[in-house]
Amino acid sequence: MEQQVTNNSKKLKQLPQNLSSLKTVSYDVNARDKLHAIWFLGPSLLVLAVFVFYPMLRTLYLSLFLTNNLGKPTVFVGLQNYWSLLTSSSYLASLQATFVYVIAVSILTLIFGLLLAQAASFKVKGSNFFRTVFSGTMGVSVSVAAIFWLFMFNPSIGLLDQIASVLHLPVINWLTQPGWAMTAIVISTVWMNLGFTFLIFFGALQTVPVNLYEAAQIEGVSKSYQFFHITLPMISPTVFFVSIITLIESFKSFGLIDLMTAGGPNNATNLLVYRIYQDAFLNGNYGLASTESVILAIIIAIFTFLQFKILEKRVTYQ
Amino acid sequence: MSIELQKIAKSYADNLVLQDISVQIQTGEFFAIVGPSGCGKSTLLRMIAGLIPISAGILKIDNQVVNQLPPQQRKLTMVFQNYALFPFLNVHDNVGFGLKARKLAPVKVEKRVKEALELVNLSEFAARKPRELSGGQRQRVALARAIASDAKICLMDEPLSNLDAQLRGKMRSEIRELQQRLGLTLIYVTHDQIEAMTMADRIMVLNDQQIQQVGTPTEIYQRPQNAFVAGFFGTPRINLLPVQHAVAKQLVVDESLTVNLNQPLPAGKYYLGIRPNDLRADFASEKTNAALRNLEYLGTQSVIHAELDNGQLVRVTVDGKLTAGINQRLLVTAEQNFIVFNEQQQAVLFAERGKQIGTTSNQQLQEA
Repeated sequence: MEQQVTNNSKKLKQLPQNLSSLKTVSYDVNARDKLHAIWFLGPSLLVLAVFVFYPMLRTLYLSLFLTNNLGKPTVFVGLQNYWSLLTSSSYLASLQATFVYVIAVSILTLIFGLLLAQAASFKVKGSNFFRTVFSGTMGVSVSVAAIFWLFMFNPSIGLLDQIASVLHLPVINWLTQPGWAMTAIVISTVWMNLGFTFLIFFGALQTVPVNLYEAAQIEGVSKSYQFFHITLPMISPTVFFVSIITLIESFKSFGLIDLMTAGGPNNATNLLVYRIYQDAFLNGNYGLASTESVILAIIIAIFTFLQFKILEKRVTYQ
Repeated sequence: MSIELQKIAKSYADNLVLQDISVQIQTGEFFAIVGPSGCGKSTLLRMIAGLIPISAGILKIDNQVVNQLPPQQRKLTMVFQNYALFPFLNVHDNVGFGLKARKLAPVKVEKRVKEALELVNLSEFAARKPRELSGGQRQRVALARAIASDAKICLMDEPLSNLDAQLRGKMRSEIRELQQRLGLTLIYVTHDQIEAMTMADRIMVLNDQQIQQVGTPTEIYQRPQNAFVAGFFGTPRINLLPVQHAVAKQLVVDESLTVNLNQPLPAGKYYLGIRPNDLRADFASEKTNAALRNLEYLGTQSVIHAELDNGQLVRVTVDGKLTAGINQRLLVTAEQNFIVFNEQQQAVLFAERGKQIGTTSNQQLQEA
């Protein structure tokens, strides 16, 4: 089920390349060439078949069954799994929480990633140091990040609440109050995402020719106008790429949730993937978990499709 | 709008890039800054533009000190070598970018863009993206943007270097024509001596962080103040031959290759600068002093590369095509047009058709 999700996201990641519609060249393929092709494709096709295509189809198949706790299908129930999920208030709550989480994480990651990259681009003393620091979270594992943020959010020894008490602000039980737990998870995920996002954006900013800014400067164009009318359009393919990657990755979030809130409190952070994990591996309900996987895949596909529809128009490839 | 540079200098940390640059550029003048790569000419242009700070000296535009003014307040515009066009905007929006950003009324923007595009003959390409244009057209878009900004001072940084030779020739006259028509004060940076010679009213030659000479193309070509300037202008390159000895009023490069002076020079080491077209090559002569090493055929003329018997290499141009074999013997002699440089390679004497003018200092020309 997890594999299916991964596979789906892989397909979506490849889409931007496919978009630059190259003219199809028709080759005259004779039988010997075909044989060659099969030899070359064979090994990877085999691996894909075993680890991707089969699990995908199996998930689709299982989603139509009730299973025993070993994952064997027992009773064919058709679309009933789907129906019961879509009418379950707790599933819909998960769905809603996931949307909130995904949208918040994607937008904040994009904004802060871009801000950090822009800030690190200024040629000032010590900017190299900050470039290293900003990309640092790339090298941090989920478990380490979880421990770090558990300490940060801890109401008695956590830094955040210590600052709050110094400022005479109310102390927040970050991980045990439903509204705040979601905020805490979003903050930690954005923090985790920033390293990668920063690095990609920073790289993209370096490719914008300095002359464009000089030309604008001479014409008296303000810095903010330069950012929105030169920088953003110039790096729009990267922004688009990062937004798609981030969206898909946040739909798949699992580690931080498992380690920090375990879906709680009161299911406030019980996001779709975490729920799949619970249904399959804690409750042994493989059929239902498969159904959830299929639905998640469809949701990701729809979101990505919408992103392409809405955002791609604003992207200029060079 | 005149521009005045007073002892301008630029240094990065302890590294001096430019020093003691002083010049006055008149309103409506086409002023070229020429020099080899890395001589600081682009740095100088960027300082005038205000893109990089001036380390020392005073820069005046229209008699007003502008050292501290940001670029947009210096009322100038700039054209870059790689055109600096916005790839995501079409030609029309590229030209109007700055105007729109400065919140000029849309009607005015429209009018100026239209006029600018007409001036560079690009009206029918207004809707195209830069990538759909040829190199020459892109350069014209950059020109149109400079024109639309309505600034009276225009700075150009090697604007034609990315074009092929034929197009460069065409754009040279287009730029010159535009400059005249709009009455622009134009500062034009190039490493191409032909561009500078053909386009500019005056040329500043830069090398070794400082000004080598400022003057009209004729002055630069006929009265180069030092061997660097003499060598930088003119193709094929001027011959710079060490004078073996000076006897009375004669400078001897070798027995047959000599020039006569009206007055003797003080004792010392000298170099004789002779343009290839002021040397004569005689293959029929019985007496010879050189051997042909290479021959370049250029159509209307041929360039002879010959080696004098004393080992010096000389370039001689002759009219039309020459049928001579490599290593064939010839006699190289000099006409009476030449320049004499002293040991420091500063010009001390100019000779033209028997008339000779000496220089007392390197900065001032004086009739002898």
